Amino acid sequence: MAEEKAKIWIFRDYERCSGCRRCEVACSLKHEGRIWPEASRVRVFMLIPGLEIPHLCTQCPDYPCVSTCPFKALTVDEKTGAVLVDVDKCTGCGKCIDACPGKVPFIHPKMKYAVICDLCGGEPECVKVCMEAGYNALIKVPRVASQVYKVYARRPEDIVRDLALKVYGEEWAGWV
Amino acid sequence: MGGVGLMPYGWWGRLLEVDLSTKDVKVVKIDRSVMRKYIGGRGLAVKILWDRLGQKWEEIDPLGPDNILLILTGPLTGYYPGGRVCVSGKSPQSNGVVGSTVGGEFGVELKCAGYDGIIVSGVAEKPAYLWIKDEEVEVKDASHIWGQGARETLRTLTKELREEMSKERPLRGICKEPSILYIGPAGENRVRVAAVAAKITHAAGYGGYGAVMGSKMLKAIAVKGTGPLPEVVEPEVFKKALDDVCKSLMQSFTMRYWGTGSAGYTVGVDTSSEPIRNWQEEWHDETRYGSSSFESKVWIKRFWGDFGCPTTCLKLAMIKYGKFKGTLTDNPDYELQAYLGTNLGVFEPDGNVYLSAKADDLGLCGIQVGNVLGFAAELYQRGILTKEDFGFELKWGDFEAFAKVQEMIAHRIGIGDILAEGTYRAALKIGKMKNVNVMPYAVQVKGIGVGAHGIRSGLDYTKPTAYVCSLQGGDHTSVSNLDEKNRPGEWEMILIDSAVVCWFNFRKEHVYRFFKTVAGWSISDDELYNEIAPRIAAIQRTLLLLGGPDVYWDPRVDDDNPPRFYEPLPSGPLKGTTVKKEEVDKLKRTYYEAAGWDEYGLPKKEVLEKLGIGEVGKALEKVRQRLQIP
Repeated sequence: MAEEKAKIWIFRDYERCSGCRRCEVACSLKHEGRIWPEASRVRVFMLIPGLEIPHLCTQCPDYPCVSTCPFKALTVDEKTGAVLVDVDKCTGCGKCIDACPGKVPFIHPKMKYAVICDLCGGEPECVKVCMEAGYNALIKVPRVASQVYKVYARRPEDIVRDLALKVYGEEWAGWV
Repeated sequence: MGGVGLMPYGWWGRLLEVDLSTKDVKVVKIDRSVMRKYIGGRGLAVKILWDRLGQKWEEIDPLGPDNILLILTGPLTGYYPGGRVCVSGKSPQSNGVVGSTVGGEFGVELKCAGYDGIIVSGVAEKPAYLWIKDEEVEVKDASHIWGQGARETLRTLTKELREEMSKERPLRGICKEPSILYIGPAGENRVRVAAVAAKITHAAGYGGYGAVMGSKMLKAIAVKGTGPLPEVVEPEVFKKALDDVCKSLMQSFTMRYWGTGSAGYTVGVDTSSEPIRNWQEEWHDETRYGSSSFESKVWIKRFWGDFGCPTTCLKLAMIKYGKFKGTLTDNPDYELQAYLGTNLGVFEPDGNVYLSAKADDLGLCGIQVGNVLGFAAELYQRGILTKEDFGFELKWGDFEAFAKVQEMIAHRIGIGDILAEGTYRAALKIGKMKNVNVMPYAVQVKGIGVGAHGIRSGLDYTKPTAYVCSLQGGDHTSVSNLDEKNRPGEWEMILIDSAVVCWFNFRKEHVYRFFKTVAGWSISDDELYNEIAPRIAAIQRTLLLLGGPDVYWDPRVDDDNPPRFYEPLPSGPLKGTTVKKEEVDKLKRTYYEAAGWDEYGLPKKEVLEKLGIGEVGKALEKVRQRLQIP
């Protein structure tokens, strides 16, 4: 499989997430200038304590959110492959959320536009703090031409249910 | 003093006040100068309790309608790595004030909702929980979760509140979970060793505030804050300060890889200071109870942490086999490895995990319940309590029997009803019931079971007066050692609990730097040791000595170690070692002097005036009268 030049992907290993949320701190400081967990582009869900997971855009090769947007507010960053939100065009209608198989985008808690990971232009802050701590739940890797990324576009409930079955046992799957 | 402008840097200056009797909700503003003096967390709790209840303190029943429950953050909550929140009120254990902190995201979430803390007063008519969603605050019915254990409570609330948020804000996207503080059956039944819990299962254990929540019919507090944390004074310096402290904290291999979970073995073998069979011994060399066994047998998660923490000392343990398959608990950390392990003669990781998980689900403080279980088992060993009292045998190491007693305590069944009162009060009751003095076997100070670090060997961080003068009795964190400059060691702990940062992540210079860059406060050692800490301590000490209405303390008698700590160590390389009463008395007087307290341990009048809290002196007059001292 050929590497798509310069394009990157954030590999996610849910089982390794420590639940520390330093990714949320780093992301919101970068994008909002404040510590603001609910506005972080990567959101850590704790539907079951101990099974925290980072939830963030996986850049589906067919970009259903981009093609669905009625206002052409979403574009693909040619350099990184990230979905970019034009906050002036975005009305916060939520169509991109409906289109996303993983329901990853969300509307900014105070503004009327969608929030989606922009891969920090190629140097994701979340990855830096996660790797520096040795958790490696988020790792920056080169992106290849493949459909594989789409399988990571999953709802937090589905991911956590699987993780509960694997790590805690089946009596926990009913939590979510 | 003072800070920068009028902007709320680091904190909002807003507390949410909820009266459960009337369901009234309001926002109380706190003046900047008050925050600057009392910081937040434990310091602010002491200030609020003094202002509101100080005049009639002795009359307030900690489990009655007039007590207030406080949930407080500090100005560094959410900024300094490792999220914690401080729970307080009049303690049903010490009848003074304990700043009881618990890890998790609750404090950050609360701040993001626009509040620095919560004051809960009154009593709900029927089981209730509090739901705070930014500006919207609701007292909701908790009948469906009353009686439920930790797991079920957390599962139900997480599910129903996420569903509610999704319905209300269908277009916003998937909602994250709210943060929840809650109690188990122990708190509901006003068990004095009940904790306020978070996640699975962190606990604010010391103080017994789970029972206070129960007395208010308050099952849980859930919060979702969608806003940002308050701005910081120096945003760029802040980012650097955050990066620096995280990099520094990540240097600690021991804390990161083992947490305190290697100490169940090492505090026994290395320092001879671990409680074993109710402190009858403090040394063991049971290698099967070491981190290697926990790792290979029960730890299923290596790094687990609370908000913003680069240390992630928490572990998760699960039993995946046999009769207790599916048992899950956090850690156990050292304190619970000791108190729900060695102190009960249990030296198997799985037995320890089982007891820890049981304490979690019942909503018991693992330390305090382990202390009272050890006390009960020693009375059984000595034939003072018998099979008839329990309905079964209670032998050291029989963890299933201890689990049964935990159930009896949480539900106040049989002898459990007496043990539910905590070690000190249980000792008073059992002494009367059996007509024998059992206080020599009660390892507690001022109503609070001593944490799992002994003083006899002299090798641990806990020195001979560690628990003697502590404002929080047996609390193993807020210990009253004299520090290297002969200052009260508890002063630093007051800073930690008032800033509400994690003890394990505390690095004083970094915390000072955060105060400066987040809140614009230049706090120095000089101010900490001469103003901030002695001021908070003087009020906290006064409230402790006021006590009441069911128990009161006399510093001449109660500023002392438990009798057991004067017995020589019976085993190990330090066999025969102990501390001498005369040495403790001498050090105690040095501590009083350093703290600005008189020969009876009461804060001196001139010191109070210098600290700007002269009015506290009037309350101390009441203490002098009761104790008949000049």
